[in-house]
Amino acid sequence: MNSVDKQKEVAVATVDEITVDIPKEVIIEETSIAIFKTKDDTIFALENKCPHKGGPLSQGIVSGEHVFCPLHDWKISLNDGEAQGPDEGCTASYDTRIENNTVYLLLN
Amino acid sequence: MKKERLVLIGNGMAGMYTIEEILKQEPDRFEITVFGKEPHPNYNRILLSSVLQGDSELEDIVLNDYDWYEEHNITLHAGDEVTRIDTTNKQVESAGGIVCAYDHLIVATGSNPFMPPIPGSDKEGVISFRDIKDTETMIEASKKYEKAAVIGGGLLGLEAARGLLNLNMETEVIHIQDQLMERQLDPNASKMLKRELEGQGMRFHMEKQTEQIFGRKRVQGLHFKDGESLYADLIVIAVGIRPNIKLAENSGIETNRAIVVNDFLETSAPDVYAVGECAEHNGIAYGLVAPLYEQGKILAARLVSKEPAGAGYQGSLTSTKLKVSGVDVFSAGEFGEADDLKSVLVHDDFDGVYKKVNIRDNKVVGAVLFGDTSDSPKLLNLINKKEDISDVGKGLILPSESNAPVESPVADMADEETVCGCNGVCKGDIVSAINDKGLTSVNEIKQHTNASRSCGGCKPLVSDLLNATLGDEASGAEVEPLCGCTDLSHEQVTEEIKTKQLTHTREVMNVLGWKEPEGCSKCRPALNYYLSVSKPKEYEDDYSSRFINERVHANIQNDGTYSVVPRMYGGVTNSEQLRKIADVAEKYEVPLLKMTGGQRIDMLGVKKEDLPSIWGELDMPSGHAYGKSIRTVKTCVGEDFCRFGTQDSIGMGMTIERKYERLNTPHKVKMAVSACPRNCAESGIKDIGIVGLEGHWEMYVGGNGGVDLRGGDLLGKMKSDDELLDSISAFLQYYRESAHYLERTSHWIERVGLDHVKAVVLEDEEARANLIERMEVSLEHKGEDPWKELTYNEKKKQELFEQRKVELV
Ligand SMILES: Cc1cc2nc3c(=O)[nH]c(=O)nc-3n(C[C@H](O)[C@H](O)[C@H](O)COP(=O)(O)OP(=O)(O)OC[C@H]3O[C@@H](n4cnc5c(N)ncnc54)[C@H](O)[C@@H]3O)c2cc1C
Ligand code: HEM
Ligand code: SF4
Ligand code: FES
Repeated sequence: MNSVDKQKEVAVATVDEITVDIPKEVIIEETSIAIFKTKDDTIFALENKCPHKGGPLSQGIVSGEHVFCPLHDWKISLNDGEAQGPDEGCTASYDTRIENNTVYLLLN
Repeated sequence: MKKERLVLIGNGMAGMYTIEEILKQEPDRFEITVFGKEPHPNYNRILLSSVLQGDSELEDIVLNDYDWYEEHNITLHAGDEVTRIDTTNKQVESAGGIVCAYDHLIVATGSNPFMPPIPGSDKEGVISFRDIKDTETMIEASKKYEKAAVIGGGLLGLEAARGLLNLNMETEVIHIQDQLMERQLDPNASKMLKRELEGQGMRFHMEKQTEQIFGRKRVQGLHFKDGESLYADLIVIAVGIRPNIKLAENSGIETNRAIVVNDFLETSAPDVYAVGECAEHNGIAYGLVAPLYEQGKILAARLVSKEPAGAGYQGSLTSTKLKVSGVDVFSAGEFGEADDLKSVLVHDDFDGVYKKVNIRDNKVVGAVLFGDTSDSPKLLNLINKKEDISDVGKGLILPSESNAPVESPVADMADEETVCGCNGVCKGDIVSAINDKGLTSVNEIKQHTNASRSCGGCKPLVSDLLNATLGDEASGAEVEPLCGCTDLSHEQVTEEIKTKQLTHTREVMNVLGWKEPEGCSKCRPALNYYLSVSKPKEYEDDYSSRFINERVHANIQNDGTYSVVPRMYGGVTNSEQLRKIADVAEKYEVPLLKMTGGQRIDMLGVKKEDLPSIWGELDMPSGHAYGKSIRTVKTCVGEDFCRFGTQDSIGMGMTIERKYERLNTPHKVKMAVSACPRNCAESGIKDIGIVGLEGHWEMYVGGNGGVDLRGGDLLGKMKSDDELLDSISAFLQYYRESAHYLERTSHWIERVGLDHVKAVVLEDEEARANLIERMEVSLEHKGEDPWKELTYNEKKKQELFEQRKVELV
């Protein structure tokens, strides 16, 4: 199918290299991306840039499927990058896939 | 038997309160029909201010939802207006075509906002502030527009303006008088209010009369009489209310300013009653809720007993509170000036506190309070009771001004006296709710009885009542939860950690039933701290629960870079350190080198991935400039060089810094040592500040040079270096164990009291010895220098600092 061809996959890390609740920063063609691993080993990926003022989300406190931005404490969903509560804004989120202990990022 | 038909016009606060009172006594006697112009069930109008200010949602302010009407067999025509009352045939007609006969009719049509005849006030974007629709209009407008103007600097106007500020609109308030809230405040209080609100971001245009509102279809601004103009995309007019009496008037019922009623709320027409803002009793039409609850009670009694009984309604004493967060204002009775009035005055411009109590013939007749309204229940009580105060001291009139413990006014209140004026809840209701339902906090009382739900002014009374009813059980009853994830307070959580021997952040959240199973950025760092203090030996730091600064041991900056502040004990350095700093700064192209106020050097703008190598090359310990921990010990030159010096301030400062560095604390702790009272190291504004004198040291605590500037309190005089170090240990340990996480020493001392701290830390020898011993244990286990540890730990370095570049193939 065409749509699959258009998507690029990149291996970014092994699952073990990422610590639970301590995000990892990877840079792909100038774009910084934060990779998250939650308690149940689910992997999420968001652009490392808070919708508020660009704070590095890879440096935030991770609580369940949310990350709190280190600069002004916005709460961002790991699922879709949406700001929660009264704040409005969205950060790009990426689909991920795990195969043989390797984390792949799907890019458009 | 056919039920008596009771019809209510106006589904508002007064009418529905009356119905509720009737149902309490006679749940089945009447067949009740309610007409309400607004398409909503009945709601708490005064909370529209908190909806606008973002503290409540519209759903939260509904008093009785549609199901409630159904359960009580009440027919509600919401969104249908009564257009005619036929007092001869005893029936009403509605705009929706309904004709409804009555045996008893209550008119409770409230007020309409007064719209002055300003040309252009019919444009889009010009509204009043009265109902849900107005509130929604403002919230919607704030999403599209930026500039709002409020005409009217009274209670309602100011609450609207605060709400618009919260909605991120630039807000201008236009007032025709030279003084805000002139109907409730005297000039002094008014001036302080204005200053406070200006500080919150409101802009005022005083003594301005609006001549015209201009714009095309939508408003664009206003012209004043004096020729000036102002741009605005939204104009809220809040200049007063007019009783809504057209319907009654057209139906031949006697009206004056409002619908004229007697002491039993009877109008000129048989079996027709009026209550609330549309009623005028003894020449007065009220505009607040407290009177209408009193009226509602009397009217309910009248309808239930069929006959006028008792003394009837005797008028109400009204008091005012402004519902704007951060501003405490209270006013009641005769607050102005008059020849036969004597006043008791407290006017403290520095702290922003103003209190005026007016007395005539030895009786309190009115009061204005600003900044500290804790005495308002007492004053209201005195005004109500008309007690002779010639024998009592000022302490009784303004209890907050005297140190003597004063008995709360709830003690001698009768059961039927009102505690919460906004929701008409009397003392008896609250006491029986506490006893019958086993309530233990003000919050629970609020949920069960509505007391303190609206303006919050009666909270101190409710809290006193709780304590009086429960006796000792109630100690610490009202608790502030640690964060939104739990109802438990800081104290309750630390207590549970101790008694249940909890050892991990996740375990705490799990065992104590956190609503958010994984917590949030507020509670996780707090729990991590409490656990570490509770078990200094065993606890393993959960660094995923730490704010980034404490995780990577550097201060994050607004652009995501970091700062590096190496420790320089006592602010003393040498050429070798300076050379290393210079070399590193050059090699890593550090954008800015700066002296901090803590007598050391800050290297700013460092990239995250460079941090470990910079630390390695500096080979200096971390200054913890990023941490909730001991920061710096500033010192003055002292006896070695200074001609005034009496002690070795540098030496003492270095000793203290070496001893307590790396110790984690509830919030940052800054210290200083000066060698004479000239105090060049600024010991007076430090968490712990030491001042050397001939033969002894003075120890000051709880000082703060930040947002809440506070001079330190003298804890005591220490005769030797050892006694000083012991006192620092005892003080710091007590602070570590009993302060809330993120509570500076200044706030902590204000909360627990200096005398209490002195008693524990200095006077109680056993407590002091135990604190010192526990501090020694904590110091033994405080761990290595974090920079050293991270620099040589490859795994952690990779985990925290790596920035992996991935190539696309
Ligand atoms: C934003 C705001 C904040 C306030 N804050 C406070 C405060 O802190 N403290 C305080 O004491 N007071 C406060 N007030 C005033 C308080 O809300 C009123 O005193 C109170 O609501 C009056 O009650 P009422 O029943 O007389 O009138 P309302 O609550 O206005 O009820 C009258 C109802 O009758 C309806 N009606 C009118 N005509 C007809 C008709 N012909 N047919 C059918 N229905 C009709 C109206 O639509 C309305 O719903 C505040 C008011 C506002 C707007
Ligand atoms: C609440 C207001 C304040 C905040 C939020 C604040 C925040 C900070 C921050 C983030 C740093 C670290 C700078 C860096 O290295 O990147 C810092 C350092 C410092 N601040 Fe403040 N500060 C406040 C008030 C004050 C006040 C009022 C004083 C002085 C009276 C002060 C004195 C210092 C000093 C001396 C340092 C250097 C710290 C060190 O060398 O360890 N700060 N402050
Ligand atoms: S505080 Fe006193 S001793 Fe210290 S430097 Fe200043 S003047 Fe000299
Ligand atoms: S940049 Fe993320 S909260 Fe401000």
